[in-house]
Parts: sequence; structure tokens; C-alpha cells
Amino acid sequence: MTAAAGFRRLYQGSRPKIRFRIDGRPAEALSGDTVLTALRLNGAVARTSEFGDGPRAGFCLMGACQDCWISMGDGRRVRACETPVEDGMDLITTLPGESQWPGA
Amino acid sequence: MARRVVIIGAGPAGTRAAETLVAAGIETTVIDRETASGGQIYRRPAKGVERPAPKLYGDDAPKAVALHATFDALKSKIDYRPGTEVFGISDRLLHLHDSTAMSELGFDALILATGATDRVTPLPGWTQPGVHSLGGAQIALKAQGCAIGHRVVFVGSGPLLTLVAAQYAEAGADVAAVLDTSSQSDLMRGAPLMTARPGLMFRGLKLRRVLRRHRIPYVTGVRDIRIDGDGTQVTGIRWTAGNRETQLACDGVGMGWHLRSENQLAQMAGCDFDWDPVARQMAPRIDEMGRSTRNGIYLAGDGTRILGADGAEIAGQLAAIACLEDLGRQGRHPVDSLLKRQKRMRRFARGLSLAFPFPDDLCTSLPDDALLCRCEAITAGEYRATIDRSHAIEPNRAKSLSRVGMGRCQGRYCGAAAARILAASGGLPLDEQPGLRPQAPVRPLPLGLKTPGGAAE
Ligand code: FES
Repeated sequence: MTAAAGFRRLYQGSRPKIRFRIDGRPAEALSGDTVLTALRLNGAVARTSEFGDGPRAGFCLMGACQDCWISMGDGRRVRACETPVEDGMDLITTLPGESQWPGA
Repeated sequence: MARRVVIIGAGPAGTRAAETLVAAGIETTVIDRETASGGQIYRRPAKGVERPAPKLYGDDAPKAVALHATFDALKSKIDYRPGTEVFGISDRLLHLHDSTAMSELGFDALILATGATDRVTPLPGWTQPGVHSLGGAQIALKAQGCAIGHRVVFVGSGPLLTLVAAQYAEAGADVAAVLDTSSQSDLMRGAPLMTARPGLMFRGLKLRRVLRRHRIPYVTGVRDIRIDGDGTQVTGIRWTAGNRETQLACDGVGMGWHLRSENQLAQMAGCDFDWDPVARQMAPRIDEMGRSTRNGIYLAGDGTRILGADGAEIAGQLAAIACLEDLGRQGRHPVDSLLKRQKRMRRFARGLSLAFPFPDDLCTSLPDDALLCRCEAITAGEYRATIDRSHAIEPNRAKSLSRVGMGRCQGRYCGAAAARILAASGGLPLDEQPGLRPQAPVRPLPLGLKTPGGAAE
């Protein structure tokens, strides 16, 4: 099942394309996608758990679980499920541990 | 002097409360975490993902449209602060932040309409990419036009389980199965009370027909659930029903057992709480209008009692009317008919909780190696060992020793299970356990916020 893992887009609408990067690799999404949607459509996750239990990719999608914090190349850290993806974003899913969290 | 009433939340309860206050000429502030009104249930789609309301909200489309229109018409008459979060309350002061700065706001009266989040019990494998709460799965579809996987299994119980599965199927997603932990006899026990809202009962049956039409298996009495994965992603789910063990391949799992109130702000404000035997969680004590035990603080909607969107609209009006009365504003309000309708909502909610009970045994039988706390990756076994070692009987002590419930979600997703494990391990019975004490901030603060003094933190 791993080949096709991630979100599946069911409704496209007519929206401009967004070009961004996941760990340096170029990726595409549509305007209106959240960062988390953009990651999951590209089969990516948000971060690796600092407790060694593997990757995490958000749970609640409503800003409550805090599972989806992600770092960006410019030093910002955001909740992926509440942040719209933007052109040129540089998402980093591989930072170790605590450095993904706000205040860390 | 003009009195300032602040409403927190712009879902069904917050919107109706604001409408009632504005009609009485009260200076009203509405603070909402979300960037658009509607709450979770009537959440508006992201720009560019808009579709006709019936596609988004199904049978509730007229209500969603009406609620959005009401709020949009209020915008120019209120101090509306979208994208703003209350992270603490002290006496008559709210501590707020938006994406750039912190601020403070005083109030004369406060209406909390903070809504609900999914009630879950941890399952083995539930932290893997591809697993989402039912509400999350619905947001992916409604707000983003996406399914959480290419082949999805829904597990849990309650009205949202059938609804989200049917919405996925109708939207063209591949739904492999719906796994309900409740049994047919549970349903029978709840049915008599659920006749209080025949329309909703009928809708539940209609949704089950949608699933049948899409040939989606609906399995009841499900136990021993395990979510399988390959270390990077969900790959399947296993369960037993009757004595049969079944395994299904999938790359998405939506899980949830109805809803739990977001009542941290009511706790921080010092409102008294009691055990609610219907919701089977601690709930703030209110009178029939929504007055809390703190002067000037009113509670409405699913953040107080899970009655659903219609009940929340009623509760929002009632709370605002109570607030007006207490401010000495007399007016003609249809209190009796609102209270009568609310009684029906409560009866139906009792029926739901009997028909789709929260699976206490799934919590207490969570295997020792399964993660109980997803924030700090603490297993059920570690939690049990801490309770044994420390003889903790009270959840806040168990929390400070084990860190279960102390993480960034503040126990939203582990709290119900932790309470049941504690009760089963020699701790206080559920109805005597105080709730987990929330800590400010209610959600982690973003970095670099400007403080009221001006400096960036
Ligand atoms: S997925 Fe839960 S906070 Fe983003």
C-alpha cells in the first residue's frame, strides 16, 4: 500500500498551482491547500517524533492535537493543518526532536 | 457606561449568542480561533475549494447557510476578531494572541462557546501517518476536498462515524469498511430516547443505506482493534467481531467516539464542574440558561454539553438572554419555547450515549506496549507502572508523575482513556475523579509574538 500512501484529492476546483519544497525536493500543491494537505498529497509527513517512535503526520486537522508542527527553512514553526501552503515555502520534515516545537 | 460582553467562539452557539446581544444593543466582541465563522460543524471551505452548500453540509445545508448569513450580517456591528486565540483567563481579563502579537481584553460578561473535539481512545498503532480523528477526516473532505487515504477504514462509534463514512463514499472515496464498537443491543437501548428527534433518527438510517448502496461493510461489536503499519505509514487494520478475526489493507484510518467538550477555559475561569453521567466526562455546572457558577460567565454549546449544532444554537440564545437579564436588560425572549426544545435535544443526547457508548473496556484493555500519550510517546504499560509504584489515585497526580496528559494536547486525546485506566488500576472511580487541570497556554504559542509592552518574546 505504501506506493500510493497519503491523502487523495477528490475535488480540485480551478485553483492556481503552488510550488514549494519538502526537504529540498521540489513539490506541488494547489492554492487553498494547507501545509499538511500539501505534505500528505506528496506522501510526506510533518516530522519525526523526538521520542523515537517514528514519523508523525497530524491527527485532528483542527489545531487541537499539536501533532503537526513543522519547521521551515526561514526558521518559522507552524501547525501544518492550520497554515496555508505558499509559493516558495521550504518545509523541513527531518529536523531531529525538540527543534520542531514552538519555544524549543 | 457601556458594558462589554465577550463571546469566545463563532460556531452555532457563538453566532446565535452574538445575534441576540446585538439585537439588544449590547457592545459585543466575538473572538474566534478560526479565520472564518461556522465552527467545526459548519466550517467553511478554503478559498478555491468552495462547492455548493448541499455538497458540503448535506441535509444541514440550509442551517449552515442561515448561520453563515447571520454571522456575516453581524460583522459590521460587532468587534470581530478572527484568527485570535484566548490562551488564559484571569479574573475579568482575557489573555489573547493572534499570529503576531499578544494582547489583553477586559470584559463585564463572558460567553464561552468553545465547541468540541473528537473523543477518542488510543488504539495500538494510532500515531502512524494516515490515522486521523473522524472530525479530522471530515475536515480533510469538507475544507480541503481530500480523502485521508486511498483506501480508508472508519472505526469508532456515534453519529459522526456513519456520517463521515457516507460523505466519503458519496464524494468518491474508497471506503473499505466501517467498524462500530457498539452492538445492536446498545442501539436498541438508545432508540426509545432518540425518538425525541425523529428526523435525526431517520437520517441515521438513511446514511446506513448510503453505505449499503456503496457496498461498504458495516461491522458492529468490534473489539481488539490494531492499526498495522510499516514504520512510515498505515498499511492495514485488524479487529475481532464475534469470535472472528479479520484483517483489511488500508492506508487511511478515521477514528472517533462522538465528541468531548473543549472546556479548558471554563476550568481556568474557575467554574465548578460535576460528573456528567450522560457524556461520561466532567462538565461545568450550569443552570438551565447556561449560567456557570462564576458571576458573569455563561457557557453554551458543545463546549458545555454535547447536544449537537441545533442544541448549540439554542444554548447560545439562552446564554445571551441570561446575560441580558443579569445586565438588567429586560426584553421579550421566547425562553419557554427554547427551553422546551432544549429538553428534546437533551433527551436525544441521552439516547445517543446509550446507543453508541464510549468503549471503556477498550481503554482499560489497551495493551501495555501501545502508546497512550501521543504527545510524549508514553505507553499504557508505563502509565500503569507509574500508578502501581506511586499509588496515585487522582489523575492530576498520575499526570505529574507519568507526564500522561501533560503534553501539548493537554490530555485532549489520552485523557478519557487515562482516567479509565486509572480507575481500573486502583484509582478513584470515574465519577469521583477531578478533571485534568488545564495549563495556560491552552495551545502552544507561536514564536516571536509581540507582548503588550511591545517587545517580541
Ligand atoms: S493535526 Fe492536530 S494540530 Fe494539526
